[in-house]
Amino acid sequence: MKFARLLAVVRKELVQLARDRLTFAMIVGIPTLQLLLFGFAINLDIRHLPAAVLDQANTAHSRELVAELASSQVLDFRYRLNAPQQIDEQMRRGTINAAIVIPPDFETRLARPDRPAWQVVVDGSDQSVQAAARQLGSFPLATLGYGSAESPPGAQAVPGVEIVNLYNPQRRAPVNTVPGLIGVILAMTMVIFTAMAIVRERERGNMEMLIATPLSPFELTIGKVLPYIGIGLIQVTLILLLGEFVFGVPVRGSILDVYLAALVYIGAMLTLGVFISTLANSQFQAMQMAFFTFLPQILLSGFMFPYDGMPRPAQWLAEVFPLTHFLRLIRGIMLREAHLGEMWHEIAALAVFITVMLAIALRRFRKTLD
Amino acid sequence: MNAHDNGAVITARGLTKRFGDLVAVDGLDLDVRRAEVHGFLGPNGSGKSTTIRMLCGLLAPSAGDIRVLGHPLPRDAETVKRSIGYMTQKFSLYDDLSVHENLEFLAAVHGLRGAQARRRLDAMLERYRLGDLRRQLAGTMSGGQKQRLALAGAVMHEPELLLLDEPTSAVDPQSRRDFWDALFDLAEAGTTLLVSTHYMDEAERCHRLAILDHGRLVADGSPQELMANLPGSTLQVQCAETRRVQRALAAETHVLGVAQIGSSLRVLTDRRDGIDWLRERVRAIDASALVETVAANLEDVFVAATRAHGQSTEDAT
Repeated sequence: MKFARLLAVVRKELVQLARDRLTFAMIVGIPTLQLLLFGFAINLDIRHLPAAVLDQANTAHSRELVAELASSQVLDFRYRLNAPQQIDEQMRRGTINAAIVIPPDFETRLARPDRPAWQVVVDGSDQSVQAAARQLGSFPLATLGYGSAESPPGAQAVPGVEIVNLYNPQRRAPVNTVPGLIGVILAMTMVIFTAMAIVRERERGNMEMLIATPLSPFELTIGKVLPYIGIGLIQVTLILLLGEFVFGVPVRGSILDVYLAALVYIGAMLTLGVFISTLANSQFQAMQMAFFTFLPQILLSGFMFPYDGMPRPAQWLAEVFPLTHFLRLIRGIMLREAHLGEMWHEIAALAVFITVMLAIALRRFRKTLD
Repeated sequence: MNAHDNGAVITARGLTKRFGDLVAVDGLDLDVRRAEVHGFLGPNGSGKSTTIRMLCGLLAPSAGDIRVLGHPLPRDAETVKRSIGYMTQKFSLYDDLSVHENLEFLAAVHGLRGAQARRRLDAMLERYRLGDLRRQLAGTMSGGQKQRLALAGAVMHEPELLLLDEPTSAVDPQSRRDFWDALFDLAEAGTTLLVSTHYMDEAERCHRLAILDHGRLVADGSPQELMANLPGSTLQVQCAETRRVQRALAAETHVLGVAQIGSSLRVLTDRRDGIDWLRERVRAIDASALVETVAANLEDVFVAATRAHGQSTEDAT
């Protein structure tokens, strides 16, 4: 490997990048758009679920219960119903996600707490709605006058359990999503950019000319990939700034640790891109393959669904993905003030990924056209 | 180094390339001597590009031996790559880089640096009339300009051997002429050139010519030799009903080719006594026809070589 040749490729790539408006727009556009989408639109906090009330008791206590539930903002009571069948109707039509049923003998049930005093009917077809409504069961109805000695309403709920949310007390989604988005956005852009950039040389016929020169495929690949490390770090900076100023997501740990973790993770994504480039014959194929690696990562890494809730085989698979390890790193550093040294095993996992990918890619490098 | 010293820049023996069941190049023997312009003539799909790609180390041959500049290929491909230039059939520099940036990149890739690189770059811009275009993006240039840029890029590092794969397929006649002048300038300066083409006029200008058909070498020699040694004869037929005569003659086994040139027919036969034989045949069709012998040209050589080969394979199957 010769440094001058490597440098020539890097320079050429930078000039081409600066001229390629589409790629340039993607570098800035994708992170911004994704961050705003995930931050604002996709709100994983369940609030203001459309709901209905069927109050067959209509006593002071029942009205108090409804008012109490309404003030929690989880449910948004839009309908007052008169008959149980109406719940079914409304729910099928999709106008409500939940309904509160207070039976005529509510007062009697309150006095004899061996039977549930009231009922929450939930649209079980949406998991997140289900989870939110289940929490209603343990809703502490303080004003109804139940001390800890008595069982609260809501049948199986454990009394007196208070859920303390340590790192996200207001249960605001952006706090979890912004650090995760750094990983997701890099997983998307880095792999696509590098795989496409390398395949482009083959597709446009530049490779045929380059093979007849002393430039080695290794020099070409490394030279083409190096600028993307810088681009990845620019994206990280952009997301951190937007996160801080738009969503108020702080970096609690060391900023240096954030960048170091990102650097290792970018390395993993770039080697994945290089590996894909050795498989793909066209830029379109490279893009498809990049998406193929992107989807399972976003689904299984713990970004969308909690890692601990997944079945074992899915967890084993998730361990292979760089995004899984980076999520643990970045959430640890940004939210729990963890040090990189405490999470060295996650860095080690990424290093193993890089080594394996690079080894496979190097074996697959084509020295000739056939 | 023997082959190198006695003037052979390329020596290939039994060169073969298979792609699955397809034999693209079939047992090719080739010798290219120093400072010659060696032409490669053949129809599309005759194996010209594949051969050139093997000769510059882009493809590994399925069988056969290659020595280029005294080095065996593909073993010493990396060494050889420093001393050869390759101009691809399709423009393969970067469309989104300027003339200057493209040449700068190639200079660096070939290990030219600093003042040496700048001098060489300026010389190339000057020699190939690219000075005024230095800031222009390669993708926006005309066919002729792109071709000059590609040539400048291919000779940036002053290669001993330059391989060109149908370099003039996308340019106008004036640019073609200029381009060939540039090639002879290079040959005069000691560069060996191997040029593939399917233009007869270009083939005729080469010092030596190899004709390929279906991956086989069917003729090899200087254009003059090839024309002089043409087996059979070339005849001109003047007659009234040219179309009808042409159709009738095309069906004859001894006629290798009939082409209408204006109001006469040019007939290529594989018989030494062509003129007497043809007179007899033509009179049977059109009594007023006049038959006379004309000098063979390179197209006749090409038709004779590719046709004879085509028939022999048909006989074999």
